[in-house]
Amino acid sequence: MHRYVLGRLLGAIPTLFLIVTMAFFLIRIAPGGPFDLERPLEAKVMENLNRIYHLDEPLWNQYLLYLKSIAQLDFGPSFYFRDFTINELFARSLPISMQLGLSALCLALVVGGTMGVFAALRQNRPPDYAVMAAATLGVTIPNFVVAPILTLILGVWLGWLPVGGWNGGAFVNVILPVVTLALPQVAVIARLTRGSMIEAMRSNHVRTARAYGLTSYMVIVVHALRGAILPVVSYLGPAAAALLTGSVVIETIFGIPGIGRYFVQGALNRDYTLVMGTVVIVACFVILFNLVVDLLYALLDPRVRYD
Amino acid sequence: MLKSMRVSALAAALMAATSLTAFAEVVYHRGNTADPETLDQHKTSTVYEAHILRDLYEGLVTYAADGQIIPGVAEDWTISDDGTVYTFTLRDNAKWSNGDPVVAGDFEYSLRRIMTPDTGAKYATVLYPIMNAEKVNKGEAKPEELGVKAVDDKTLEITLESPTPFFVDLLGHQTGLPVHPATVEEHGTDFVKAENFVSNGAYTLTEFVPNAHIKAVKNPHFHDAANVQVETIFYHPTEDRGAALRRFQAGELHTNNDAPTEQVDFMRENLGDQFRVAPYLGTYYYALNHEDENLAKPEVRQALSMAIDREFLADEIWGSTMVAGYSFVPPGIGNYGEPAYADYKDMSQIDREEKAADLLEAAGYGPDKPLKLTINYNTSENHKNTAVAIADMWSPLGVEVSLVNTDTKTHYAMLRDRQDFDVARAGWIGDYSDPQNFLFMVESDNTGFNYARYENPEYDALMDEAAATIDLEKRAGILKQAEEIFMRDLPFIPLMYYGSMNLVSDKVSGFEDNLLNIHPTRWISISE
Repeated sequence: MHRYVLGRLLGAIPTLFLIVTMAFFLIRIAPGGPFDLERPLEAKVMENLNRIYHLDEPLWNQYLLYLKSIAQLDFGPSFYFRDFTINELFARSLPISMQLGLSALCLALVVGGTMGVFAALRQNRPPDYAVMAAATLGVTIPNFVVAPILTLILGVWLGWLPVGGWNGGAFVNVILPVVTLALPQVAVIARLTRGSMIEAMRSNHVRTARAYGLTSYMVIVVHALRGAILPVVSYLGPAAAALLTGSVVIETIFGIPGIGRYFVQGALNRDYTLVMGTVVIVACFVILFNLVVDLLYALLDPRVRYD
Repeated sequence: MLKSMRVSALAAALMAATSLTAFAEVVYHRGNTADPETLDQHKTSTVYEAHILRDLYEGLVTYAADGQIIPGVAEDWTISDDGTVYTFTLRDNAKWSNGDPVVAGDFEYSLRRIMTPDTGAKYATVLYPIMNAEKVNKGEAKPEELGVKAVDDKTLEITLESPTPFFVDLLGHQTGLPVHPATVEEHGTDFVKAENFVSNGAYTLTEFVPNAHIKAVKNPHFHDAANVQVETIFYHPTEDRGAALRRFQAGELHTNNDAPTEQVDFMRENLGDQFRVAPYLGTYYYALNHEDENLAKPEVRQALSMAIDREFLADEIWGSTMVAGYSFVPPGIGNYGEPAYADYKDMSQIDREEKAADLLEAAGYGPDKPLKLTINYNTSENHKNTAVAIADMWSPLGVEVSLVNTDTKTHYAMLRDRQDFDVARAGWIGDYSDPQNFLFMVESDNTGFNYARYENPEYDALMDEAAATIDLEKRAGILKQAEEIFMRDLPFIPLMYYGSMNLVSDKVSGFEDNLLNIHPTRWISISE
């Protein structure tokens, strides 16, 4: 198992290298640079800035400098947030995005999983239709619609919850963003769980378990759910990476200082190092979570073993 | 007995409440359109940085609640007869937040620092009127050669290249704010970190969490601290205008310096006086490329300008948050009078359109030979709507318009690199209240801002003459002549004057509308 994990992690290095190289040159192709402003800078001032940030050097040199820098885990200075390095920005924002994403993921798993099982056990009956209708709504209504509605009702009209701000991760500030972030995932997980649960309930091993006279709890939770959860686990890899690395919409609407906003800010401001940093972080998360999913798979399905 | 107990209890409760109010900390939650790029005053370039820096630092001059320049660290100043030497006398009680006195040497150090090329100051050009400033910034002279000298701790002498009647206004800009030399020397660029921060304004920094908030607390050493009401400020970045409005409605923000344009009607109906629109020192315009064969003809430029229904743009597209603009210099600006308005300002729209059609026909264009133009604009729903409306207004003249939308960086890189374009959207917010700050943009040697590539020696000569004229009234007359030429030649078509939009809670006092949209927290108080 250890060899497998190590092999996968080492195998990720060329992938990361490729991603970094492509991202580096792609962002440089985009017209406009970090210091192009609505008010153009004096040529000499621009020259000074380019020199300070090594932008006056040939692109290959800049690329090599960047590679050398990230090999030392230094993501460089931010071109936009000039008082911070990218490492400082990530050190503050990544834990916040992870807290938010992890809470949303747990909520989505618990609520979505329960809804899916509930619907599967009452297949083609009103509760099933209700759950599936709610799930369809959850998938189709985008975050940027749900968030303002929730803030308007629960924050502005009823005054129960804060409309925005992180406030150091205080519980009341976390509720609305987590719920909004989790809603589409709840819907997807409910649909996935329902489908695979129905399939599992019809499988031979569950019929056999029933024939042995096992309790409903044993049949559903131990025998059916264990198999039914596999498609959900597969889905969790990319979902977790997306959730944990932040949501641009949620973080912007609720004013949360997470990493998600840096994606858009970095690209629009041509903050090269910030864009590169977020690309690397997200790539690492995707690789890591796919590995975790594969390991979970092996744990849940005895047919899959990596030794 | 029971009654007297009740009275005593009531009195005690009242006293407790009163003392609680007396000791309650006044916290101001201030929405600010975006996070600052930096809190280093010598590297900043945006207005949302300026709002914060004005609270943290005090320059030689500063702003009153109504946006007027008033003495700051300098309690008064004299100007030499030739208008080139300014001698500032610093107040005795000016102090940094660590208790150090603010001395003339601090300003000498600061002005040299902003001009040093290694600082990478984006906005050093604002202070180019100082002798040798441009040379120092370009690396052609040493910082010691800058025309700034601390005569003694209380006297600062600034020598200019040539008389600049608006120089004192320039010193109000964020680039004129001082740094604490010892802190900069000790911490380098990290002097802006909260743990190292030393400032001389009404407030000092205690926390900067990007994308979350900036926290500043009252500086007890500030010379006017006794009159500063707000004890703590939280600046919240409010990029999403809609979300900011909801936070304001929920009482989480006391003010916000922008509002969602698409909800203007809602805000007018529901917020009443809390939604404020005021004239702002800025002009929204379209630059016309004078190197373009079609636009080189003056009749074409005039016709295009006349056919635009500016009232429609301002009222319908921008929800009356802008005002129809018929001059490049906005009205109400300092050191001027009435701007040079277009002569068709008072004509009816129908007459204007007829005249425009005639002019275009005279230039050889019409339905048989349509004038084909492209409008470039940067991404924004309102910029897009404006461009679509203008294309529609030009259509009856036989002008065929295609629209090109790019993000802001691409748009301005295109203009900077002098790429080919016909018509390009742009806007200008004045840094200081003087017509020169608008009219200088189309001087032929201004390669940065002269998007139109306009070259007119007569115009340049008038601008030079104005720069050398100390008499403000005479200077205003010369600048007016320059603007008349501008309106005749139309390098830019002025469309609208900007309006500032602010959400200001009923609990806030001292937030006065003004042309510069400057609202230092020092003058603000909050009742809860």
